[in-house]
Amino acid sequence: MEHEAGHVIPYSTLVKVWAVLLALTAVLVFVSRVFHETLSVPAMLAITPLKAGLVFYFFMHLKYEGVLLKTMLFVALATLVIFLGLLFSDVLVRFG
Amino acid sequence: MSGPGPAAAAPHRDYQGAKIGMWLFVFTELILFGGLFLLYSAYRTKYPHEFHEGGQELNVVIGVANTIVLLTSSLTVAMSITAIQKGEKRRARILLAITLLLAAVFLVDKVVEWSAEIGRGIYPNGPELLKRPQGAIIFFGLYYTMTGLHGLHVLAGIGVLAVMLALLTKDRIRSDDYVKLENAGLYWHLVDVIWIFLLPLFYLAA
Amino acid sequence: MGTTATAGLDGASFLDAGRRRGILGWILSTDHKRVGILYLAAMVSFFFVGAGIGVTMRLVALSMNPTIVGPQTYNALFTVHGVIMIFLFVIPGLSAVFGNFFLPILIGARDVAFPRLNLASWYFFIAGAALAILSLFTGNGPPDTGWSFYAPYSLRTGTNVTLAVFAAFVIGFSSIFTGINFITTVHRMRAPGMTWHRMPLFVWSVYATAWVQVLATPILGITLLLVILERVFGIGVFDPAKGGDPLLYQHLFWIYSHPAVYIMILPAMGAISEIIPTHARRTAFGYKAIAYSSLSIAGVGSLVWAHHMFTSGMSETANMVFSLLTFLVAIPSAIKVFNWTATLYKGSIDLSPPMLFALTFVFLFTIGGLTGVMQGALALNVHLHDTYWIVGHFHYVMFGGTGMAFFAALLHWFPKMFGKMYNRKVATLAWFPIFVGFNMLYFTMLVLGWMGMPRRYFQHLPQFHTGHVVATVGSWFLVAGLLILFGNLVVALFRGEKAPANPWGGVTLEWTIPSPPPVENFHEIPTVTGRPYAFNPGRTR
Repeated sequence: MEHEAGHVIPYSTLVKVWAVLLALTAVLVFVSRVFHETLSVPAMLAITPLKAGLVFYFFMHLKYEGVLLKTMLFVALATLVIFLGLLFSDVLVRFG
Repeated sequence: MSGPGPAAAAPHRDYQGAKIGMWLFVFTELILFGGLFLLYSAYRTKYPHEFHEGGQELNVVIGVANTIVLLTSSLTVAMSITAIQKGEKRRARILLAITLLLAAVFLVDKVVEWSAEIGRGIYPNGPELLKRPQGAIIFFGLYYTMTGLHGLHVLAGIGVLAVMLALLTKDRIRSDDYVKLENAGLYWHLVDVIWIFLLPLFYLAA
Repeated sequence: MGTTATAGLDGASFLDAGRRRGILGWILSTDHKRVGILYLAAMVSFFFVGAGIGVTMRLVALSMNPTIVGPQTYNALFTVHGVIMIFLFVIPGLSAVFGNFFLPILIGARDVAFPRLNLASWYFFIAGAALAILSLFTGNGPPDTGWSFYAPYSLRTGTNVTLAVFAAFVIGFSSIFTGINFITTVHRMRAPGMTWHRMPLFVWSVYATAWVQVLATPILGITLLLVILERVFGIGVFDPAKGGDPLLYQHLFWIYSHPAVYIMILPAMGAISEIIPTHARRTAFGYKAIAYSSLSIAGVGSLVWAHHMFTSGMSETANMVFSLLTFLVAIPSAIKVFNWTATLYKGSIDLSPPMLFALTFVFLFTIGGLTGVMQGALALNVHLHDTYWIVGHFHYVMFGGTGMAFFAALLHWFPKMFGKMYNRKVATLAWFPIFVGFNMLYFTMLVLGWMGMPRRYFQHLPQFHTGHVVATVGSWFLVAGLLILFGNLVVALFRGEKAPANPWGGVTLEWTIPSPPPVENFHEIPTVTGRPYAFNPGRTR
């Protein structure tokens, strides 16, 4: 039977990431309440993927995985981005 | 990472393979919700004003509270994996139990939130909603669909985590064989990631 | 291919061995070979049901005034024909049958990565099929929307759309689980020495297909779910009365359903890439080109979906973008056709039944592919969309393509799977009515569509009648040939001669083990030392 040990993430690292996530959430809420759309929308578009990225990288262990898994995730996300982009060749013109 | 894998005799155990399989499933969920995100993006382009207005009707307090609940539950499940990797079974069980508790809190919040909105007639085909402009109908249609589908995934996640807790208790998940818990954790983090996107899309849209 | 496999002749055949007896031994088995045969049995049955509906539709066309069925029934007929053929036959297709049976063997493994998930895939498939059958008989009758379930009609019609759509949703899980299984298997379970560039081409194609299954099917899932939510709760997301946009339904639907046609064709092309080298005793020309073209088709094929929507009211920008992308996707397919042709050159061609059907594939698929490129031209599309030309096109690629490849693969691998040889003369004989009937049926449709005959109409104008008569007679020849083809195989199952381990002189791993294979596939996992299809080691490119 094959046994491969996975990487162990220390409790302290996890708690620090959690704290950053909470802080980012606070920033997000603050910016959306206080500022006008022209600033809050780009802020949300920047901060939200960053939060998701932290969850992927640390909580889901992606930082410690090999190139294969990272590439696979990239392919999946790229697929979604491409769908969105091509869809907007229609949506932006008809709804914009 | 692409060399030929071990072709072991029975029983076939492949830690890396099990993780790859779970990640592939995670991708399918990302794309499932991604489809809804595509729709949201399209309709937001069509009805920017109503989407902005619609966000103001939603309960930001519960939305943010639920965000904190889920982020914390992600922390606890990740910590429970660290715990079992170190052989700290009791700690792992407690952390997993807290995760379950937080998941339940999320659902309770959701029920409270939805009851309020449904009580005000704001629900698909609801009397109050149908009086609103079309953009609002679409906003709330997407709101219920996306948060509802997410809620179903939370419910399923509770089932999965409960099973993991049982397996952990019976030592079927141990410091030398914990990939099931890791994979359950992956699922749970996915549920968290989806919510990370739902928060700004709906609650902070205003 | 150099191997050091020792194919043990002492392992009991997978057909006989098994922890349980009888039917339970089959429907509870996680052996990939049994799962493949479970799919085969189910899918061939569904195919003939679907074909029967097709024959009926042709009889409706034969009757003129009055037609033998009314419009409502006809709408249900073409909807169910499409749902069965697409979701229950062509999409699972060669992956579910030959991918399951042969992927592990071709890479020198004992099973797939997740055998229990594999059996679960089959259960989801059968459950979905059962729900689809249920939708025919309950409520207000079978759906009448066409297999594409376009909004807003699919939201309004009283027929059993909700149940039928839910059935497709369930079947989608089968596809996703198979995709997850195959990707992991190829990454993790190749035998020692089996590098990526030593894998048989069928494995490459099944791998590329698996990615499409994993990344595209969830979009279908959410689209179907939204139709159900619309019908049950009235969320409004595709309903124009509530501000929804029916075109967004079409976009989401085709974001899956176009890649789905590559799910249908890639494994078929992969099988052809196995059959042509083997039956021409020639190494595959352009191995890397064929391998990577599979990945390209999967990739570029995911970018062309809105070519189904040119006349729908989409923006001109989108029209032009998607037209260009559609032309591009023809390139990797063409690369394969050129390479297969080059493989045949100076080969020692045995016109065996598998080779006959493989060559038929190349011919018919080329016609289908070329008509597709024509449809990609915006100006032509205006005239051809929703006519019989389209029906002719997709039958050439799906039936003349995947269908013929399915038959070729079955004829090629039947002796290995069942340990029996079928009557070669009868199999060759069956080819004639199939080929003649197919072209009478579907070429005529291209002509009818060009002349302006719309699709999904239960009646037609008198000027189209001759074409319809020719097509219908063609359908009879075609079905007759199919019955001979499959009848021959069924007879062989019970009374065929015992097949040797390597009836065709193939050099990939499946021919090194007994026919039928033992449960564990290999007595000893082989070590691979050379490239596949090493018939003439002098020619390497």
